[in-house]
Amino acid sequence: MADIAETADQSRDLRRRPLNGALRWDTVVGALLVVLLLISFSTVNGFGNALNLSFLIGNTLPVAAIALPMTMLVAGGEIDLSVGSTVGLSGAVMGALWNHGMNINEIIVICAVLGVACGLVNALLVTKLGLPSLAVTIGTMALYRGLAQVVLGSNSVTDFPQNYLDFGSGRLGGSFLPTAALPWLVLAAAAVVVLHATGFGRSVFAVGASAEAAWFAGVRVKRVKLSLFVATGLVSALTGVFWVLHYASATYNNATGLELSVVAAVLLGGVDFDGGRGTLGGAIAGVFLLGTLQNVMSLANVSAQSQTVVTGVLLTVSVLGPRVARQVFAASIYQPTRGKL
Amino acid sequence: MNEPGPDLAVPVLALEGVSKSFGAVRALRSVSLSLYAGEAHALAGENGAGKSTLIKVLAGVHRPDEGAVLLDGSVVEFGGPAAARDAGVAVIYQEPTLFPDLSVAENIFMGRQPRRSFGRVDHRAVREAVAALFRRLGVAMDPERPARGLSIADQQLVEIAKALSFDARVLIMDEPTAALTGSEVARLFAVVRALREQGAAVLFISHRLSEVFELCQRVTTLRDGALVAAEPLAGLTEADLVRRMVGRTLDSLYPKQETEVGAVALDVSRLTREGVFTDVSFQVRSGEIVGLAGLVGAGRSEVARAVFGIDRFDAGQVAVGGRRLRPGSPSLAMAAGLALVPEDRRAQGLIMQMSVERNIGLADLKAATTAGFVSRRTERDRAVDWAAKLQVKYARLSDLVGTLSGGNQQKVVLAKWLATGPRVLIVDEPTRGIDVGTKAEVHRLLSQLAADGVAVLMISSDLPEILGMADRVLVMREGRIAAEISRADATEQTVVAAATGATAGSAR
Repeated sequence: MADIAETADQSRDLRRRPLNGALRWDTVVGALLVVLLLISFSTVNGFGNALNLSFLIGNTLPVAAIALPMTMLVAGGEIDLSVGSTVGLSGAVMGALWNHGMNINEIIVICAVLGVACGLVNALLVTKLGLPSLAVTIGTMALYRGLAQVVLGSNSVTDFPQNYLDFGSGRLGGSFLPTAALPWLVLAAAAVVVLHATGFGRSVFAVGASAEAAWFAGVRVKRVKLSLFVATGLVSALTGVFWVLHYASATYNNATGLELSVVAAVLLGGVDFDGGRGTLGGAIAGVFLLGTLQNVMSLANVSAQSQTVVTGVLLTVSVLGPRVARQVFAASIYQPTRGKL
Repeated sequence: MNEPGPDLAVPVLALEGVSKSFGAVRALRSVSLSLYAGEAHALAGENGAGKSTLIKVLAGVHRPDEGAVLLDGSVVEFGGPAAARDAGVAVIYQEPTLFPDLSVAENIFMGRQPRRSFGRVDHRAVREAVAALFRRLGVAMDPERPARGLSIADQQLVEIAKALSFDARVLIMDEPTAALTGSEVARLFAVVRALREQGAAVLFISHRLSEVFELCQRVTTLRDGALVAAEPLAGLTEADLVRRMVGRTLDSLYPKQETEVGAVALDVSRLTREGVFTDVSFQVRSGEIVGLAGLVGAGRSEVARAVFGIDRFDAGQVAVGGRRLRPGSPSLAMAAGLALVPEDRRAQGLIMQMSVERNIGLADLKAATTAGFVSRRTERDRAVDWAAKLQVKYARLSDLVGTLSGGNQQKVVLAKWLATGPRVLIVDEPTRGIDVGTKAEVHRLLSQLAADGVAVLMISSDLPEILGMADRVLVMREGRIAAEISRADATEQTVVAAATGATAGSAR
């Protein structure tokens, strides 16, 4: 109610209060990850060997890859729930074209173009028609999954070239790093630079915090959003290729539900669901925190049901955590609903 | 030192020696205030003087660190806003907070509707109670209409009706007129006067000093959280009040310099946006300040938005420095040398959850960018530079811009746009809601910019500001340019007459 509304000249009283809840939260998540890793190395049998670590990382890579553009998208005030279906559609197209005898490299290029197209459809529905991305991408989530089923039916394609399958599941020398971790590292580094050190990155946060003020400052709001959706589509489609190679199986239902893991990890990493705040470091820490936890629970023979419950609890806490941290401060910087109704 | 109020009685509500600190900031230092029944009392002071804190103490939001709140002469402790409200203290804010989808009547009785059997809301009783309240206020409004779509003025009347429904004896109004037109202000004042005559005590806050003199009998002035004076308004001049608020004499509120008028910098011709404005043509030359006056809703801001590319337009064209602009693109308008300081600084001018330095740098990221990378050092240096030039008061540049006072926020918006080195600067209500000292600084700055050859288009609802600053005045009425008046011919009468289409002097 109006009772705690404040006027502008009051706000100087708040000058000294710490405000960056998100920044603190991503540090918390990073620290949690380190603690979890230390505990796991010292107490969980079989955790520290190279094979297990490569499984952990390899199985986490799809989420880790899509979390990069998703972090930008959420920081930009939008969301894409169709990523899991895009992974599935990309894999299905890959399988179908391979069955047709097409060259594998050409197939990968086609999948990439397909991903761009998927992202573009989302982007145009959001920017041209002004629809909320949550609703748009719930729709395209069903659409893309449906297309995947049309393309591949209930077939399962597995006979991809061995050297490609090796890329999907192999390790670098005898180390714990999966081969596919290398391109991911390059992509992650690029994403960090783009979001946190370029003008484009600034625009993303500006758009997420206030699209109106950003537009008044000359930011090309629609173009920013369009780029983010397209990047998300592209990375999702490439992840679809990796998924097929990693699990040596192309089916229409690859990566079902992946969007929830991605969004959950990003939010766990402290990226504000309302946009304008968040770091890629936090999101990546969130991804690997969840991945490690699942790996450890499997090693400790925790039942699948219990694993789901533990993950669910953690996710709930993670969505609440940054909120609560921020609300402690937000209580003091409450702003009244604007007068215009 | 204080003379007793009009009816020589005990004050309805009073503060005695109240102090309040937030961390190291002393917002109020031993401030006293007495509100009497049947009296309208003004609270004057610059932004950050402690007015809002004082109101919040009265409204039970803040508990004083020292001193006491007195109700009818006895000490009370309001446990919270609800306790203050139940004691008859109501606060009307600048921007009311109604539920848009509920009816006016439902808003007024939100949470305490009269009930019939089985807990059903007694709609007829609500309707009749609200109709009675509106009769008392002399307001013609349909209690059944939804709150959505009400003007801010009407929303405030709904809030006042709500306050009355709580039997409020003290009405605190925090800058209620900031977003109101002349006739809306007149209607609000009529309501407030009626309430005062019915015995309510009124505490009124406004940056428009003429309104203070028009409505109030006494004034309490704060500066830096401390009491400067509490005195009757009769016998004071606006200059006296300004001196008390600022602590010094302002050389001039409108330091207009004579400038060399150069070539046409902004050329707007036959601009039309259907249903919003029609056939708008004007030019602004470099070195010139052109005032754009008119009633709220006449289409002034809409023209500015279309010129800058925020909104598209249907016909006409805009040229900057002889080059025609592509419609609908702020970034291209900026590249051509246009800058717009928008009307709504919180929603349009600033990104409240970003730091001061990032806000200053946002419109001109290129300046701090090399090979695609933003240099934080360059960004900071530029922010330090511009903040110093505009005398922005801040603790740290990395603080969120939302933590600054309103006047300083406005300076940040100006800094952000001046950093782009514009040749045409459009300012929309550049001094709305900011205190008189900062206002004079903003005026000096605009004057200096014009002297440096910038073409300035200034939209303002503050008539003295238009008359004091503009070389020429364009007046809009109902989406068209109704008149162009030279500085020599511009008076309150001529401008108001053109804005309302009436014969001179009938608007206020």
